[in-house]
Amino acid sequence: MSARADEVTLYLKRRARWSPLEIAFWIFAFATIWLFPGKYLILKDTAILALFALSLDLILGYAGIISLGQAAFFGLAGYFSGLVAKYGFIDEPVIALICSGVVAAALGFVTSFLVLRGSDLTRLMVTLGVSLMLGELANRYSNITGGADGLQGVEIAPIFGLYRFDLFGHNGYVYCLIVLFICFVIARRIIYSPFGLSLRSIKGNNLRAAAIGIPVKWRLVAIYTASAGFAGIAGALLTQTTAFCSLDVFSLERSADLLLVLIIGGTGYLYGGLIGAVIYKFLQDWIANLTPQYWQFWIGLVLVAIVLIGRERMAGWIGAVRTFFHRLGARLAPHLPALGGAGSEGH
Amino acid sequence: MLTILYDGIAYGMLLFVLACGLSVTLGLMNFINLAHGAFAMAGGYCTVILVNRFGIPFALGLPIAFLITALLGGIFERTLYVHVYARSHLDQVLFTIGLVFMAVAAVDYTMGSSQQFVQIPEALQGQFEVAGIGMGKYRLLIIVICGLLTVALQLILTKTRFGSRLRAAVDDQRVARGLGINVGAVFGITFAFGSGLAGLGGALGAEILGLDPTFPLKYMIYFLIVVTVGGTSSITGPFFASILLGIGDVAGKYYVPKLGAFVIYAIMIVVLIWRPQGLFARGAAR
Repeated sequence: MSARADEVTLYLKRRARWSPLEIAFWIFAFATIWLFPGKYLILKDTAILALFALSLDLILGYAGIISLGQAAFFGLAGYFSGLVAKYGFIDEPVIALICSGVVAAALGFVTSFLVLRGSDLTRLMVTLGVSLMLGELANRYSNITGGADGLQGVEIAPIFGLYRFDLFGHNGYVYCLIVLFICFVIARRIIYSPFGLSLRSIKGNNLRAAAIGIPVKWRLVAIYTASAGFAGIAGALLTQTTAFCSLDVFSLERSADLLLVLIIGGTGYLYGGLIGAVIYKFLQDWIANLTPQYWQFWIGLVLVAIVLIGRERMAGWIGAVRTFFHRLGARLAPHLPALGGAGSEGH
Repeated sequence: MLTILYDGIAYGMLLFVLACGLSVTLGLMNFINLAHGAFAMAGGYCTVILVNRFGIPFALGLPIAFLITALLGGIFERTLYVHVYARSHLDQVLFTIGLVFMAVAAVDYTMGSSQQFVQIPEALQGQFEVAGIGMGKYRLLIIVICGLLTVALQLILTKTRFGSRLRAAVDDQRVARGLGINVGAVFGITFAFGSGLAGLGGALGAEILGLDPTFPLKYMIYFLIVVTVGGTSSITGPFFASILLGIGDVAGKYYVPKLGAFVIYAIMIVVLIWRPQGLFARGAAR
């Protein structure tokens, strides 16, 4: 019994080790602060989108819950952080950010009980319904939220009283990147814990998972709550860096785009959302320059093409690229043992 | 009060015609088709082009819109949808949302983003009063047409050979296949027919629901509500669900206009929590 537990601990430890490729990824991510000084706005949007996609990946990729309602948490926290800043309840952006995350997580906890009932379609409808309801409420109480004009007059105090959100978005971007990194590390810790392993088994077969003594329901509630918290932090970041919040944070398009981001990057491994966000923002920028009004068409085409080609096949390509890089990494650093099962992480 | 009921019933009937194709595809192949509204939009735009540009009479425009969208549905089913049936729900959602995005942008590109209106013949405009209730003539037409369609659908489903094959396939696909029913063909025809109905609904509803390129996104939720609340195992479930939704929506917008569609979403969530398989489902989860 204890031997097996040791084996599991060893397995988790081995998988949780930071690979050279990951370290390189983050060094590059932080290097962009100096590499692309003129692109802070789009970089900042990418970082926020990446965090948002990460939150969806936690429930979709690891727990297998299809959701079209992640925007509910994003929007709620966005409005919350905007309102506390506007009326000066919480002057410190970092504390406001954490509070927004907690508020979103609370909503996630409450709604998780609704989401865990029923089939995929029911889940889809309930998650979508929750975000649409919040959107209607925000529209209804326009005296608080500003309604269709958006929440205006938000003044965000300097971070720790030191770093002001400047016009060029430099500090804003650094702030987003640091928050993204911290959230990523937390998510990574969750995934490579025994808890994360149990989520994978639930996704694989929840009946068998229940049979070996995993409390399926509570595990799902927990991860849904955590995911809502991450989505909320992403939403609060958007409000804080733009000093504005509008009704479209609740829109269906936002949730649908998010699915696309995650699908481009690949579900079920943490970098999927991050890579997807980079590719998506790049694509969007590029297509929007070509045809400003009709970029949605090409986004739709990408979605249809991805499904028709088959995600498994594409995951196979990505897996091939990853093993190539791992071999390369192993050759460059021969004293580090190559990570076993690198290719299987992508599934 | 009674006028609201009347308008609500007309609205609900319309929703039923729009959504019943979706409920059959969902029940039959367990396929989540979010692009159903795109076919309805296609029907609406067909009618606009036929009636306004070519001057074809409204009464003739409707059946043509039905035929064109049915054809369109059939082609799409055979060429694209067949590849996605066996996939996971996530793939289906992605695929059909992609189709919706493409349809929205394509219509925006070809027809412009402004709202379109169908020219309705003089005889159908205006109201008349029965026992003190103001009744729109056009809404009466909708109720009559949709009522007849519902009866016809029910008869097809219960009395004809095709109907019994369809019901057999819905109940258990594998056994139906084993009995020599060509489920693929049954499904193709049903899909085309359902798309045609959506097109007809879109053409009829252009006046009430409004027709612009975002139509499939705006009403997708309504169709899905009808289907999830009504259940997919029969045609009466979605029918009652649509009527309920129609009346609820009209009444909600009349009595608490500021809350908008909030009432509808709230009802939907409550129903889904209470009966995850739908209000009128026969139990037995699939």
